[in-house]
Amino acid sequence: MQESLSKASPLSDPSRWAMRWSNFQRRYAPYIFISPFFILFLIFGLYPTLFSLYMSFQSWTPSDGWGRWKFVGLENYTFTLTDPMFWRSMWNTVWLGVFSGLPQHLIAIPLAFVIHMVLSRFKTFVTAVYFLPYITSSVAIALIFNTLFATHNGVINLVIAHLNTWPLLGALLPDQNINWFTSANIKYALAVVVVWQFTGWNTLLYLSAIQAIPKDLYEAAAVDGASRWQQFRYITLPLLRPMMFFAVSLTIIGNMQLFEQPFVLLNGGASTATPGGQTATMYMYRTAFEWLEMGTAASIAWILFVFIGILTYLNHLVFGRAARGGE
Amino acid sequence: MKRTLTLLALLAFCALGLAQKTTLTVAVFPNLDDSLKAQIPLFNKKFPNVEVKLVIQQYADHHNALTTALATGQGLPDVAAIEIGFVGRFAEGQGFEDLNKAPYNASQYKRLFTPYTIAQATASDGRFIAMPTDIGPGTFFYRVDILQKAGVDPKSMMTWPGYIAAGRKIKSATGAFLIADAADVAWINIFATTPANNSPYFDEKGSVVVDSPRFVRAFELARNIRTAGLDARIGAWTNEWYDAFKKGTVATQFSGAWLQGHLQNWMAPETKGLWRVQQLPEGMYASWGGSFYGIPTASKNKALAWEFIKYVTTTEEAQIAGFKAIGAFPALLAAQNDPSFAEPVEFLGGQQARLLWRDAARRVKPLKANKYDRIAYEILGTALSQVLDEGKDIPSALAEAKRLIERRMR
Repeated sequence: MQESLSKASPLSDPSRWAMRWSNFQRRYAPYIFISPFFILFLIFGLYPTLFSLYMSFQSWTPSDGWGRWKFVGLENYTFTLTDPMFWRSMWNTVWLGVFSGLPQHLIAIPLAFVIHMVLSRFKTFVTAVYFLPYITSSVAIALIFNTLFATHNGVINLVIAHLNTWPLLGALLPDQNINWFTSANIKYALAVVVVWQFTGWNTLLYLSAIQAIPKDLYEAAAVDGASRWQQFRYITLPLLRPMMFFAVSLTIIGNMQLFEQPFVLLNGGASTATPGGQTATMYMYRTAFEWLEMGTAASIAWILFVFIGILTYLNHLVFGRAARGGE
Repeated sequence: MKRTLTLLALLAFCALGLAQKTTLTVAVFPNLDDSLKAQIPLFNKKFPNVEVKLVIQQYADHHNALTTALATGQGLPDVAAIEIGFVGRFAEGQGFEDLNKAPYNASQYKRLFTPYTIAQATASDGRFIAMPTDIGPGTFFYRVDILQKAGVDPKSMMTWPGYIAAGRKIKSATGAFLIADAADVAWINIFATTPANNSPYFDEKGSVVVDSPRFVRAFELARNIRTAGLDARIGAWTNEWYDAFKKGTVATQFSGAWLQGHLQNWMAPETKGLWRVQQLPEGMYASWGGSFYGIPTASKNKALAWEFIKYVTTTEEAQIAGFKAIGAFPALLAAQNDPSFAEPVEFLGGQQARLLWRDAARRVKPLKANKYDRIAYEILGTALSQVLDEGKDIPSALAEAKRLIERRMR
């Protein structure tokens, strides 16, 4: 600025220094204070993301060492998109997404309504109980369910065997122990685990949304003679739409990235049930760390990213727009 | 003046450093670490100034960490333990020292080891990346009490049809299953029938052979056992698997010799005296497992690392110490002549099982590692479960597997 015009040494002029310092503080200090986030984000967020994008155009075996990669253009993408194993894992993922995602919401919404209307006095306790599975480690959960689903002495099969002795119900149930860890059955077991784990989380989301709905709406409806069901159908459900958009988006993202539960239940991929229960992220992990094809794994990650983007957009079309239109 | 002082201080520091111990880092997984813990005091008698630091991680974590470290060239140990499941992949990579070359010149030691282990650690271009330390000769474990109850002579199970026939007898007489998972029978047939110096899935030219008759037979045997309801459909290394061994609901198991150590130490110690071993049916010999030690190219203590590896793999006392600690079957031939090999194994009812395993180890054919072995193994595993669980027919499952493996060989 004007420094060049001043003949006096800057050191001799304390007021100028003070001004500069305050100038500096005003201009840059906020950036310095906020910088830890950006530094961490650059190192652990942006850099790996960009690196994986770069990697997806290369062929690289990590055990060869850093820098020994070879540019292959779109080969990784064309390989993955024509890979039957990838599509099988995608099919498993989508199947699980629907059969473990849908029930979560179909249970959580009425559950939240019931907790709010009927159990309001025990709300905190009940919510905590439902929320507990969400904060429990997925690995611990998968290990416990592993024991529950065991073929020969798992509790679930023992219950089925017991129900079998009942007169009417017995005819509907298989008379042999079900092996849950076959390719065909593992999906159901996985869906049960996921529903159990995440229903509480969604209940909490919906409960907080229901609490935000003005009480007078219900009171007015009650005065007009609306039943509980009508209140739920014509007040709660429409006003929950924005939260539905949010919760369903989270479920889509979470379910498309399902990893720990199948990974532990399938013994890290060593199980014979692997083909039926292998999700896309598990397939990506194995491509990277067991087959050491880093480039192909990176391309799977990006294909999955695009896929999740499309699904979230579709969800936005269903819930998001409607939510805004309803306002 | 100031500079001279700094220099002097630096020199003094270096001198101190020289007098101090050199640290050698060795990355290893359980329970191979227990075998090392028994060997290190012996090694320190020869090299008192070397402090061996063990970096112990679980099996999968250890190999993942090693892969990541190799990828970045950072954080590599001086000596890395490598399990058989990974040695082929690491051999094909460029991250380990070629021990054939100077200053290692490992060729002179190769004849000291069980022959097939050398082939396992050799890359297709001839580089030799790791020294073998223990091996897993395949054997046939059976529960003598169950077989007696069913009136089955274990000798009658030495052919596959005889094995299945015995299974039916066992199932009807005792209710016990013949084997935990029918797939095991397929795998041992695949491994044991591999021609010498081939990969199990690829021929000498590297073409995929998974649709050849030996695979069809292996798959058929497994399917026969499954359709007869003779396998418990229990995956290995699950709680149900351990439970089956404890309760005796499974009569036989094919495995490496190391299974005896696991059964005795933690899986089913209370079944002591009830197990016996014999060779695999139809004169088959196969290896299950084994461990190696290699030197990462980025290691800073290569000379010392080599001394350490040479000590634990080529000296009898170290190999015997490891054998006594965890039952790790020595890869070193000389160690296999130790008198302790003739000792009866109490867990196996006093059987001289180690002589049997030694015999098996010496008959196993050398296999060649292929870069795509692991992928082929998993694709074939999927095909096998499609045949066993989903009723897919064998020829089309194998044809599909062949196609998938070929796709992967880019």
